[in-house]
Amino acid sequence: MSAVLRYETKLGELPTLTGTPTHYCAGCEHGTLTRLLASAVDARGARERAVLVSSVGCSVLAHEYLNLDAVQAPHGRAPAVMAGIKRVRPDLLVFGVQGDGDAVSIGLLELMNAANRGEPISIFLVNNAIYGMTGGQMAPTTPPGMVTTTTPAGRDVASTGRPIDATKLLLGLEGPSYIRRVFLPVAPTSSPDTFNARGALEGEAAIRHAFETQERGGFSFVEFVSTCWVNWKVSILESKRYAARVLAPLFPPGLYRDRFGVEGR
Amino acid sequence: MSDPPEFLKGNEALAYGALRAGLTAFYGYPITPSSEIPETLAAAFGRPSYPRFRVFLQAASELEAINLAIGSAATGARTMTATSGPGFSLKQEGISYAAAMELPLLIVNVNRAGPGLGNLGPEQSDYFQATRGGGHGGYRTIVLAPDSVAEMARMPSLAFALAFRYRTPVIVLADAFLGQLKEDLELPEVAAEAVETPWAVTGALGRERHVLASIHLELADQNRHSRHLQEKFATIGRLEQRAEDVATDDADVVIVAYGICARIARAAVVALRDRGCKVGLLRPISLAPFPRDRIDDLVLSGVRRFLVLELNHGQMVDDVQLAVAGRAEVRSVTEVGGLLPSMAALGAAVESMSDRPASFVDAEEVDA
Repeated sequence: MSAVLRYETKLGELPTLTGTPTHYCAGCEHGTLTRLLASAVDARGARERAVLVSSVGCSVLAHEYLNLDAVQAPHGRAPAVMAGIKRVRPDLLVFGVQGDGDAVSIGLLELMNAANRGEPISIFLVNNAIYGMTGGQMAPTTPPGMVTTTTPAGRDVASTGRPIDATKLLLGLEGPSYIRRVFLPVAPTSSPDTFNARGALEGEAAIRHAFETQERGGFSFVEFVSTCWVNWKVSILESKRYAARVLAPLFPPGLYRDRFGVEGR
Repeated sequence: MSDPPEFLKGNEALAYGALRAGLTAFYGYPITPSSEIPETLAAAFGRPSYPRFRVFLQAASELEAINLAIGSAATGARTMTATSGPGFSLKQEGISYAAAMELPLLIVNVNRAGPGLGNLGPEQSDYFQATRGGGHGGYRTIVLAPDSVAEMARMPSLAFALAFRYRTPVIVLADAFLGQLKEDLELPEVAAEAVETPWAVTGALGRERHVLASIHLELADQNRHSRHLQEKFATIGRLEQRAEDVATDDADVVIVAYGICARIARAAVVALRDRGCKVGLLRPISLAPFPRDRIDDLVLSGVRRFLVLELNHGQMVDDVQLAVAGRAEVRSVTEVGGLLPSMAALGAAVESMSDRPASFVDAEEVDA
């Protein structure tokens, strides 16, 4: 119990964190991302001019944890809500957190069109290859063969199609200015019991670059390859190994576009 | 570019009315018979006469339009979207969220014939969808119904005033006939009183943060919020009923009609009065809240026959029945499919009611 309390106190140290204990499962990258977002907002000194748009899915309560003005969007519609805020208030730093079901399935139209118009907003996509909040159904990003509650025999691509790569879809548009994909989980190393946390460092840098791109007038998108051990029905450590083995080749991390050269600065 | 000639289509008049009421942001998706609204606004965008009009965007879908509008409304900006029936269905998800988050937002529905794709003729068949809160969850909105091109121009000002006073979406429910009808009018003056929006999402600069969210996972929280919304609409129901009376003082029969049907009924009242028939018109201007108090006044003053004229299979007649509560005869005259009822059919229905002794029979259907 005392360990938990110390953790809460530590979280509260960032102005952009409310300190409210999150509903995220232990080992989930949503929790990591919450911390990284707060850190990037504070590094920019933007807490009092930032607006968070939370979406539907595991990110639905993001506004409970990030100490910012916030709007909670309908399922899939966060990019439209963000653009509606930014269009009338271009002085604000507007960003949102979406999951893969939210952004790539029900909200694909809103994502693609906001991106195509180059709306100066920042979208952070947590891709854990499954519907987490609703209990582990197939997502547009679910790898072939993965067992989910709606693909009990494994995802059959002949019937349900191949996983959708949101980063590459956006890369097909001229509108976006910054596109990066980050492998966020702790990553297995050559030693079976050792993992590295480089993804978190890369993730925070990517968020800072996304904000920089937005404030130069461009659309920025960062996809975070993530895990969901609860719904994948494996252990936390096995989920990290699976993500490295299966998701990373399917969704290769890297810098896909940096029109303003914000990473070189 | 100078001001428009003051002989306009209803849709054009509504667009200019919105501009003169301080419209800041508009989002829309093309759909007949409402497309003159975005077209008129696109032409006016950037004109020095409307400096407050800062955002015009054609959205990629009706869903995107209503959600762009939600974003702008969340900042406290005067925001409007416009559509017609099929698009109004698509917007319902967003309207439910806007009602739950208590966002002031103006949604225009130029009602066409349906269901499904239907046709481009006028109907009032979206009455239930508009007045009952057409999306999921229990909520209501304010619904206003103009009956002339001049009133199309005046309505955005009233709609914005109510939307901001009560923090609620407001729907202007017109019909295809009014949207396309051209009439002379005087455009309202440019006027938009500054409204305080202490709830708006603008960045938490030197204040507590503002969160606009419709999720209330604790059952007691949702219970409290739902009750709050209900109480708000009950207040609106008491204070914001609007209706126009035409020759109801000595009437034996009162026609209840809105929108283009009210125009037909006005003409019928004049023609029937010339023939000695004591008929009047009650025109609801607010469909929600329904002007039940005016109906009650008329019943108490001795009116025993109401004839409800509408372009659907009989929807507003339910609200008239609720207000009458069995104390008078209520008859429904309807037309659908984009057609309008003839004056002759309406006249015959009124005269058949007027000639007979007052009864207390519930609604009988009369084909127009």
